[in-house]
Amino acid sequence: MAGLMSGFHYTHAVVRGIPASLAKEALRSSQSEVDLAKALKEHEAYVEVLGTTLGLEVVELPADESLPDCVFVEDAAVVCGDTALITRPGAESRRRETEAMSRALKDLNLNIVEMTDENATLDGGDVLFTGREFFVGLSKRTNQRGAEILADAFKDYAVSTVPVLEGLHLKSFCSMGGPGLIVIGSSEPAQKALKIMQQMSDHRYDKLTVPDDYAANCIYMNLPNKGHVLLHPTAEQFPESAKVFEKLKDYMLIPVSNLEKVKVDGALTCCSILINKKANV
Amino acid sequence: MECKVALLDGSDFTLNVEKRAKGQVLFDKICDHLNLLEKDYFGITCRDVENQKNWLDPSKELKKQIRTGPWNFGFNVKFYPPDPSQLTEDITRYYLCLQLRDDVVSGRLPCSFATHTVLGSYTVQSELGDYDPEELGSDYISELRFAPNQTKELEEKVMELHKTYKGMTPAEAEIHFLENAKKLSMYGVDLHHAKDSEGVEIMLGVCSSGLLIYRDRLRINRFAWPKILKISYKRNNFYIKIRPGEFEQFESTIGFKLPNHRAAKRLWKVCVEHHTFFRLISPESLPKKFLSLGSKFRYSGRTQAQTRRASSMIIRPAPLFERSSSKRYNMSLSLDGAPIMENHETLMKDSAADGATKIITKGDIITTVTTEKKAEEEKAQQEDARMDAVETQEPTATTPLRHDTKTDSEQTDFAYDGEMTATEVCTSGKDFILKETSPPEEMVKHQTNISELKRSFLETGESAAGLTEWEKRLSSSPARSPRAEEAPMIEPLELQDVSLSPQAAGYLVKYVVDSIATDLATSSGPHGISLSTTMDDDVFMDGTLREVDEVSERAEMKVSPGAVRQEVFQAISDKKGTLIILKEADDKVDTEGEETSGAGEEEEPVIPEEAKAEENEMLSTSKEKESISEDTSVVVEGIDVVEVGTKEVPVVHTETKTITYESAEVDTNGDVDPGVLLSAQTITSETTSTTTTTHITKTVKGGISETRIEKRIVITGDTDIDHDQALAQAIKEAKEQHPDMSVTKVVVHKETEITPEEGED
Repeated sequence: MAGLMSGFHYTHAVVRGIPASLAKEALRSSQSEVDLAKALKEHEAYVEVLGTTLGLEVVELPADESLPDCVFVEDAAVVCGDTALITRPGAESRRRETEAMSRALKDLNLNIVEMTDENATLDGGDVLFTGREFFVGLSKRTNQRGAEILADAFKDYAVSTVPVLEGLHLKSFCSMGGPGLIVIGSSEPAQKALKIMQQMSDHRYDKLTVPDDYAANCIYMNLPNKGHVLLHPTAEQFPESAKVFEKLKDYMLIPVSNLEKVKVDGALTCCSILINKKANV
Repeated sequence: MECKVALLDGSDFTLNVEKRAKGQVLFDKICDHLNLLEKDYFGITCRDVENQKNWLDPSKELKKQIRTGPWNFGFNVKFYPPDPSQLTEDITRYYLCLQLRDDVVSGRLPCSFATHTVLGSYTVQSELGDYDPEELGSDYISELRFAPNQTKELEEKVMELHKTYKGMTPAEAEIHFLENAKKLSMYGVDLHHAKDSEGVEIMLGVCSSGLLIYRDRLRINRFAWPKILKISYKRNNFYIKIRPGEFEQFESTIGFKLPNHRAAKRLWKVCVEHHTFFRLISPESLPKKFLSLGSKFRYSGRTQAQTRRASSMIIRPAPLFERSSSKRYNMSLSLDGAPIMENHETLMKDSAADGATKIITKGDIITTVTTEKKAEEEKAQQEDARMDAVETQEPTATTPLRHDTKTDSEQTDFAYDGEMTATEVCTSGKDFILKETSPPEEMVKHQTNISELKRSFLETGESAAGLTEWEKRLSSSPARSPRAEEAPMIEPLELQDVSLSPQAAGYLVKYVVDSIATDLATSSGPHGISLSTTMDDDVFMDGTLREVDEVSERAEMKVSPGAVRQEVFQAISDKKGTLIILKEADDKVDTEGEETSGAGEEEEPVIPEEAKAEENEMLSTSKEKESISEDTSVVVEGIDVVEVGTKEVPVVHTETKTITYESAEVDTNGDVDPGVLLSAQTITSETTSTTTTTHITKTVKGGISETRIEKRIVITGDTDIDHDQALAQAIKEAKEQHPDMSVTKVVVHKETEITPEEGED
């Protein structure tokens, strides 16, 4: 039925182009030089996987030079079922990213909920939807008020908060790897966060621990005719973690290169918003 | 006396009862009137002077519970079954639906627009039948209520869906309704206002799986029943004592401030009842010895496990009943029928609205929250006395029950105090340590993927378990390597624990089975699931609950393999240092097996297999054991060896502190060289019967790795419980779960806390 528990079946993806300004101006937690050309190529490949390989209908928003981080669309909205919560990103410089996103999601006939409260901040990267409930990381970018508004927007689900002590976002070290399967980094903060999540949950999850926190950010889908699909970082980038993914049987495993975007803290989930239009009544 | 009862369909039922009648009389009359047999999920509410809803205590006279005003009551769902599909009768589901519809319309059960439409459409189908424009007209739907703020848009969507249900019977529609409703996060959560230590408004939600703590709409903490050692209240404070776990080393007590004493007591009662109903196999008995101390209140009705068993005996043909229209929802928010948590509804909303953003969570979530809340319920239901249909079956059921009860007795304690004084509790904790030299790899079945693993575990309840422990060995030992390949996910367990081992990756997958597994897992320690990780802390999830029966039966079945060998168990009754030797008689076991009937039969086939597997395993294992011989405490046991696990049984009197396992190691026979610690983990889990904290340490000494498992089993209860027997049972179970390990140490620790107190009420 609509809404409840309809996780991981997607029909559409919203992505956004990379502005040239990303190379120099995008926010980053480390001092790295981004090779713009490589980044563009990487992103192109990413979009191709979504559209061509997986057959999703891809909505590509144009890059905006004044928004160097705009390629990371995940932070601008949280979509679950037929509802889209337009966020209020924690970084001031990114607030305007939501405008184009809001329009695009409206065009997809989603019910739009805007986060207007000026005390609230929320980055989509802090929101982990497990298919049964939400976990919201309280991080540098997301605060309690933002989480409350999210809870209000998605009333069917439990929304639990998890402190993010290290790393940018909650999903900087975890993501869903299947129904009820959480992919988690092996660092102490990651493991701790996972324990907290388990304690807060009425549900049980399996976990797949990968040596590199960053590699724990994957994109899982369950698509008709394709079954379990997992987009994960490449062996080139995280050789040890890649071995773990290779052990997932019955999965369609798609390594996706993310070497450049990672320099500006961009993980795999960051670059798209996935939508299931069929869920809409 | 004339009583007026607001029923779930919005109608009033007026009846007369004797002046001195007890709550049970009224309750039974109502259920008769409703033709309801599965009544344990329901209760009677009444409003107190503060207009708070309270649950009537069936064992007490009505007039003592209603001090003033007319005898007006409400009939409501008291325990929301986590899986309504397990209810036996459609009529029961119908009443549950009525309650939920009211919960939804009143806002107590928040849901999204999409869910409102889905629930609404099933409501329409159930009440009005197939969509028929000629008969129904075009506006037929607006006379029904589906949501707190019902819009035209919602009604149109409901109608759209309704059109697609042609041919669906009312009972089917209700099943669909419930399937959706039960997934809502606030389903069956009884909210109580409170404040934390900093005066921040929070809410406590009591539900089938434990206690939830909310701030506004956000869940900021959760304490599953297995995590809670004790529940108490004093004046307007409500306390929970938390079992040590991932985040805290010692037991800690968390206090919440409630508006007043009555509220604290109401909350306490609700907790006692929910815990008993959902978590226990049978209600605990009253603490007779301490009659003068504390509240005598206990939930004395049937537990969910019992009521299920009873319901399975219902043999009447499905009763015909009329689904009265839900028009009442049309006009009012159904104040009369309103369930207990009425006050709460506003809570959620208000809190969401007020921008006060205070973070209770500091660092770890698990910190201490002090709250004060408004409790609103009291309940007691006593029905066990009279269960006709059940009675017959009772004898059969009894054996298993007793069996369980021994083991688990209880883990959560209920203390209360009259006013300021005493809290009286009698707790006894028993710890024992299992030492295992070689992990039972046999348990690692060849699984290809996670879901299969889960499935197989669910089906057999056995093999999935072992996975975690031996990851390392899997990779290193040639013999097993093929297995490792076949079970790819089965990798090292706790990464963080593996500090010393550079082991390629620390990935592991934990196989947790939602339901049954949980319970089994708990006690089964090293058996796959619980071992695997952190995540198993709590056993209760919606799926789980319904499995209680099966689980208990399963547990019984486990006895059978045990019967193969004769075992002797020693239990020590702490204080006196007395040894009690219990022998498990074969025939007794068999009997139990037979009695288990239904579910039991399903398991039967499994058992031989399991036993066999064990055997094999023993063989492969024994080599390793020999090599480890330096460890004197290791007992190599064959399957039919009669072995006495307890080598050394120090009696320790401690404070309630957990025995840390370092110290345990030291204690253990002293032959344990430090070795290199490979990993350590602690798992707390709980069965229907026991709460078990399992510490698993893996060490490497001279190339030989050793796994040591320390189990801490807490048996809590009043003196009526035979602790020694419970301990013996627990040891026995532990041994059966780890046939390849030997018990090297048993520490019994008893704690009794007695505080003077005034009578309750």
